[in-house]
Amino acid sequence: MPPETDAQSTVDDKPVHGKIFMPFSVVVTIAMNGLKIRFWRSIVTASGIFLSIAFFSYVVTNLMLAPHLTSDERHRQTFLAIISVLVAGVGITNSMLMSVTERFREIGTMKCLGAPDSFVVKLFFVEAAFMGLTSSAAGFILGLLGSLLLLAISSPGTDFSLPKIGLVLLWSLMVGVFITFGAAYFPAQQAAKMPAASALRTDV
Amino acid sequence: MANTEYIVRTKDVRKEFKMGQETMKALNGVSVDVKRGEYISIMGPSGSGKSTLFNAIGGLDKPDSGSVFINDVDMAQLDANELAFLRCHTIGYIFQTFNLITVMTALENVRLPTIFAGMSAEEGEKRAMSLLDLVGLGHRYNHKPSELSGGQQQRVAIARSLANKPSIILADEPTANLDSRTGTEIIDLLRRLNKDQGVTVISATHDYKMLDVSDRIIWIRDGVVEKIELRSDLKIQVGGMQVPAGSH
Ligand SMILES: Nc1ncnc2c1ncn2[C@@H]1O[C@H](COP(=O)(O)OP(=O)(O)OP(=O)(O)O)[C@@H](O)[C@H]1O
Ligand SMILES: [Mg+2]
Repeated sequence: MPPETDAQSTVDDKPVHGKIFMPFSVVVTIAMNGLKIRFWRSIVTASGIFLSIAFFSYVVTNLMLAPHLTSDERHRQTFLAIISVLVAGVGITNSMLMSVTERFREIGTMKCLGAPDSFVVKLFFVEAAFMGLTSSAAGFILGLLGSLLLLAISSPGTDFSLPKIGLVLLWSLMVGVFITFGAAYFPAQQAAKMPAASALRTDV
Repeated sequence: MANTEYIVRTKDVRKEFKMGQETMKALNGVSVDVKRGEYISIMGPSGSGKSTLFNAIGGLDKPDSGSVFINDVDMAQLDANELAFLRCHTIGYIFQTFNLITVMTALENVRLPTIFAGMSAEEGEKRAMSLLDLVGLGHRYNHKPSELSGGQQQRVAIARSLANKPSIILADEPTANLDSRTGTEIIDLLRRLNKDQGVTVISATHDYKMLDVSDRIIWIRDGVVEKIELRSDLKIQVGGMQVPAGSH
């Protein structure tokens, strides 16, 4: 028996065509909420960025402020600074990669519920920007304090030049945010482009 | 306008998967028409292509060839954002594994699609709450999925699928992870939504309990439609069919 279509249908007759529009503020709200409800996971990711940048800022502060560095010591410190950037790169990339890939399934689900690809990318970018900025700033402070403390003890009379410290801050934030963004970019693109069916099939 | 007779049509849909040397023809030319307001079950053995068809109809994966029409709109013509719009407004998805977002409460899960639809927070929350009431879980709104039973999780998922008043509910083995009694509750709930709200239900299933409520049953085997039966035809055969004990 063919089914009779319900006359008192409460399903809205809606056009199939249309675009999803989400104001940026909504993306920010969802991203912040996501960081909050995954609090401990976010802390772990943030710690990776935080420690990397603390190391970086420690080395760079030392390099900039320490008086009478021999050229040999200067080279060693520069080498350390480069290493610290690489360490930060690997550490942060690993953290971000994990935090995106472990959510493939969730992304697949969100796509089924109407999340456009651009939303997925923006979501991870906002998260990365926020994590990168706050963790780098905190890391900068730890590295700076550590370095200043050691300098104050080992070489009294060091000139704690504010402009130079400002420069260290700038570098720390730039390195932290740049690497975090870079690390989020590829997995976020991949997650956004992946057909929802494949994203749902992954289980991490 | 959404007043065509057929809400879903597939034409010669094919999909194959390459695994190393072998190619697996998961769908080998499937053409089905689903009328507005129907309750359809897609039956077939494991690996017959049910989920692949589910993904094609739901716009979750592109078929290799053939077309899927929703309300006479060819899905292949939609860009990524229009596809998102379709998934947001026209189709509600239900999965075997529930696929709730684990870090969110029941209410937040049900509210999520309303955010993508641009509904305000208060309005979305009100809607989500009324849907949780509809599926009988209003009192558990503040619980995370891990604090709910399988049947309750699936009811939250059903509430979520209804968030933006879809015309179609697509379900992929919604009762497979549930015991028989809970499965029956879920099936009854889907049937009620189908009857009361006129939502078209298309459900892939192994569950013979589904047959009772379906208007038509599409049998798939090896990626092709084997036969399509009306429930009225089925009634006559039930005696000869192997209906597992415990189902009615
Ligand atoms: N992503 C994939 N990669 C490779 N092969 C796949 C993929 N998805 C499905 N297949 C193959 O396609 C065929 C159909 O799979 P499908 O999941 O559609 O079956 P099904 O009818 O849903 O089975 P079940 O009842 O077990 O869920 C199977 O042989 C399966 O191995
Ligand atoms: Mg399946």
